[in-house]
Amino acid sequence: MVDDSGIQGEATISEQEVRHLAHLARLALTDDEVAHFTGQLGAILHAVSEVARVDRTGVTPMSHAVALANVTRPDLVTASLPVAEVLAAAPAAEDDRFRVPRILGEAP
Amino acid sequence: MSPQAITRAEALTLAAQIAAGELSAREVTEAHLARIAEVDPLVGAFLHVDADGARAQADAVDAQRAAGEPLGPLAGVPLALKDVLVQRGIPTTCGSRILEGWRPPYDATVVTRLRAAGVVILGKANCDEFAMGSSTENSAYHPTRNPWALDRVPGGSSGGSAAAVAAHLAPLAIGTDTGGSIRQPAALTGIVGAKPTYGGVSRYGLVAFASSLDQAGPMARTVADTAALHEVIAGHDPRDATSIPQQWPGLRAAAEAGAAEGLTGMRIGVIAEHDGPGWDAQVRAVTADAIDRLQHLGAEVVTVSVPHVVHALAAYYLIAPSEASSNLARFDGMRYGLRVGGDDDSVAAVMSATRAAGFGPEVKRRIMLGTFALSTGYYEAYYRSAQQVRRLIADDFAAAFTHCDALVGPTSPLPAFPLGERIDDPLAMYLADLATLPASLAGLPAMSVPIGLTPAGAAPALPVGLQIIAAATADATMYRVAGALAADQQQQWGGLLLDRAPSLSGGRP
Repeated sequence: MVDDSGIQGEATISEQEVRHLAHLARLALTDDEVAHFTGQLGAILHAVSEVARVDRTGVTPMSHAVALANVTRPDLVTASLPVAEVLAAAPAAEDDRFRVPRILGEAP
Repeated sequence: MSPQAITRAEALTLAAQIAAGELSAREVTEAHLARIAEVDPLVGAFLHVDADGARAQADAVDAQRAAGEPLGPLAGVPLALKDVLVQRGIPTTCGSRILEGWRPPYDATVVTRLRAAGVVILGKANCDEFAMGSSTENSAYHPTRNPWALDRVPGGSSGGSAAAVAAHLAPLAIGTDTGGSIRQPAALTGIVGAKPTYGGVSRYGLVAFASSLDQAGPMARTVADTAALHEVIAGHDPRDATSIPQQWPGLRAAAEAGAAEGLTGMRIGVIAEHDGPGWDAQVRAVTADAIDRLQHLGAEVVTVSVPHVVHALAAYYLIAPSEASSNLARFDGMRYGLRVGGDDDSVAAVMSATRAAGFGPEVKRRIMLGTFALSTGYYEAYYRSAQQVRRLIADDFAAAFTHCDALVGPTSPLPAFPLGERIDDPLAMYLADLATLPASLAGLPAMSVPIGLTPAGAAPALPVGLQIIAAATADATMYRVAGALAADQQQQWGGLLLDRAPSLSGGRP
């Protein structure tokens, strides 16, 4: 039988794929974590791949429970968050701004 | 009232006595702070107790009353706030190390509404990290214990909120529910907890986990208190684009109508798929008794099939992690909370190191699961299929509500389980949400009410909850059913189920 789900055979995941996902998600994982998560994610994916075996012919995907559209509010000026409090809660701040590490490859 | 009587009183009783000048808000707050100091070392319901702030809020209520100003509907009543809602200047961690020490610069709309009602916020309640879990063991700080049996979980993710109410540390709590995080802990601790219709309560200031599912809601020891708190927090908020533009009066009135008039004329469906050999036998037996009571109260009870709910777990654990992977991208070590690494490290390295150190294992698992489900090549098969299944579940419910006023079944497939039993097996933990996930996916109002105890044996007697689901925006209907059941229990038991829980007084189990 042709499986139209796009899921090939058993849904499993390799350590290499887990490393790639961790990179995309900006999570620095240890080798132990990679091994541990590979097994667990494989088991979870195997279970949830059930959705692709449900007859979904002609069913419109549902992204939200409330069918509100074009929600607007009056265009009024309101106070922003208190800058001093916002920056006091930041890891690093300088001159009324968030201080961040270098973004490009230039010397600091 | 003695301090002990104060901590056991209903919220509405306290509010009435404070309004009448028979009790001061300050003495009510002091009684609860003393109870927290005595009992919370055993239970671990709170992450932060704001004693000074609570006293100041209580004193403000007393001053308002002395000046003859009108009081809010729950003025002077203490409350535990789940630590995923922001309260200005009060530490908000979401149970995560990544936000340790962060003090938010604004109030959630729920908090603004609580303040307007005169509610006294005692502190921040423990929860699973970013509300991801069903046992509160995923809190990065400490687990919370079930007041009925301290070696068992209180459920989750709103386990701190539930345990605070069940252990009489607060008569009211706010929880949040993405896939059952209000209802399941309410069931496991013998209290009442309601998830409003999605969009009924503003999400502004609720730290997002899965935006299309997250909903804050009330938790309390009685149905009437739950309805009163629900009315306070619900309502349209222009700061949340998914907030339904309507008000929600009549929830208390509906509960009172159910109590006074019973359920004659109502048709209640028992969800066929939420019963059977896979479900705990003791939970099934207690649930069957409660369903008999619904019939006794005048309801016509029918069995209803909601066929696609059997796929809810698979759909939920694709949709919720997908939304989480996107929402939690904001924790990048730049604007709030933890940062690991220095100015000489690249931004990507700082982000990766910060998130690795700041997130716990369940959050990492869900972020990777969501990243996978949304990635090229897998999106169609996983995420899109899950969204189609979500539609099928919502359509099934809509069909059921054409001939039923409410649907019922067990809130949780099993009673409170021992700490540590499921924490290393994510799939076993996910199964704890089996009964609550469908209403979340469909956006329906659903609540859990205590209905009895499992018989004591190898395990102690543990509370069982009945889930009541109503059609979208028919929150009042679920309160009517709950109100009728509660009045019937009061007649049969002469009190609340929770009266049978250990007192924990003197800091002893």
